[in-house]
Amino acid sequence: MEYIYGVISVIGIEIIATVGLSVFTGFTGLFSLGHAAFMAIGAYTAAILTYFYNVPFILALLAGMLMSALVSFVIGFPTLRAKLRGDYFAIATLGFGEAIRVILENLSITQGARGLPGISHFTTLPVVAIFSVIVVWMTRNFILSKFGRNAIAVREDAVAAEMAGIDIFRVRMLSLVYSAACGGLAGGLFAHYLNFIQPAMFTSILSTQLTSAVVAGGMGSLTGPIIAISFFIAVPEVLRVANMWRLVAYGLILVLIMIYRPSGIMGYHELSFASFKNLFNRKAANQSAGGRRM
Amino acid sequence: MSLLELKNVTKCFGGIVAVKDLSFSLNDGEIAGLIGPNGAGKTTVFNLITGVYKVTEGIILFEGKDINKCDPVSIVRGGIARTFQNIRLFNKLSVMENIKTVLFREANYNFAQVLMKTPKVVKMERHLTERSMEYLKVVGLEQYANFRADSLPYGLQRKLEIARALALKPKLLLLDEPAAGMNPEESLALVDLIRYIKEQYNLTIILIEHHMDVVMELCPRIIVINFGELLIDGSKEKVQSDERVLKAYLGEEYANVAGN
Repeated sequence: MEYIYGVISVIGIEIIATVGLSVFTGFTGLFSLGHAAFMAIGAYTAAILTYFYNVPFILALLAGMLMSALVSFVIGFPTLRAKLRGDYFAIATLGFGEAIRVILENLSITQGARGLPGISHFTTLPVVAIFSVIVVWMTRNFILSKFGRNAIAVREDAVAAEMAGIDIFRVRMLSLVYSAACGGLAGGLFAHYLNFIQPAMFTSILSTQLTSAVVAGGMGSLTGPIIAISFFIAVPEVLRVANMWRLVAYGLILVLIMIYRPSGIMGYHELSFASFKNLFNRKAANQSAGGRRM
Repeated sequence: MSLLELKNVTKCFGGIVAVKDLSFSLNDGEIAGLIGPNGAGKTTVFNLITGVYKVTEGIILFEGKDINKCDPVSIVRGGIARTFQNIRLFNKLSVMENIKTVLFREANYNFAQVLMKTPKVVKMERHLTERSMEYLKVVGLEQYANFRADSLPYGLQRKLEIARALALKPKLLLLDEPAAGMNPEESLALVDLIRYIKEQYNLTIILIEHHMDVVMELCPRIIVINFGELLIDGSKEKVQSDERVLKAYLGEEYANVAGN
């Protein structure tokens, strides 16, 4: 039972990071290969505060979010201002992610590559559940507001968005800061769940996992990436008996998604009660764009 | 006072002169056709006015203010809206959301209120929905409100672009080939629509169009450009009978035949 709770906690934590990244990648249309760095910043900030300074857990989490958001501003300002094209921007974030990891390995307060052991276990399953529900709900509110529509407009056609008076830089910046704050929160929760963090946990493998969850789950969808990241974490656990083969299965699932659902499990749609009704009423489903509403 | 004034505007792309020493001005409430053969630089003129390109030489005045140095966003907010030759809608959004998106400046809630979904946000969103419906009714798209924009047929997509431009509350509206791909009946309906919105919203309009019947029906004044240069700027009667226009469109020999 302990084990199942553990897996569910990790899923909940990763959902927070994935939903944040979905705003940035799925809705605003920019790819990031360095979002693990925001989790790392949140994790270290929160852990250092509770470990060395006895700061209350909740305040430490907030500080982690704030720190991530601030750092995202540092990387976002020059790259987004210059309107770096999609692939160049992704490479910039890849470099940024690695740079943050190397910095964490060489600071004395982070205790370098040895990591921080003995962090208090504050992240219980109810804590994770509460935070992930709040984050998903807030993100949904974000997407369904003018801020969300502006983000989608920029993703769909940046020129038309600009000609509609939308400040592209501000829209992208807001999405980046929001996703970084979500990453920071996820990181803070993660540190206080595992009780131990080290820089090697936040490599580009984690970043890639988050981005592939968003892409496999579906661009422009919140429920899709949530389903995808849950699978990504649950499947290797279920297949633990199959040992080496689980990585093959993992890859196979990704390939199958690419072949059969090229726009992701839920691309540009949401899983909702309305969409189940639409399933029985195909004609309406074909004609309406209502899938986006949750 | 003229609403828009171009003074000796030149635009070069490397060695190619796309617009050369072009001057014209437009009074408040005027509707003018901008015509010329393919590649004459018509869309470039629109791109210069809307700030997508910066002029190489010359100045562009809007309401007496030099807008050369302004970025596209502030030009739109200043009151110049446009449609595009190749339709640029927000495809994955619904028809209604396309309009709602550009009405974002009417939504006076902030980010924190959005995250908490306060009653103000809910109320404001409802208000935006009603406002977008008004614009959809103007172009007759209200029954398609919940369709995805890219599911509409071509002609309706053009109408949605016009509605979206209107929702920006412009003083000057630039229409880039609004009748492209429309059949004669559809373009006739479009003429009525453009006339209606011009009166209803007090617009000044510049229209790029290849359908001459649409241009002649709508525009008392026509500006003809060829190879980026002003060929003639005058009443439609004057332009219709001008030999140089025939030459530019048909070539030297055919113009002689037509002239005889």
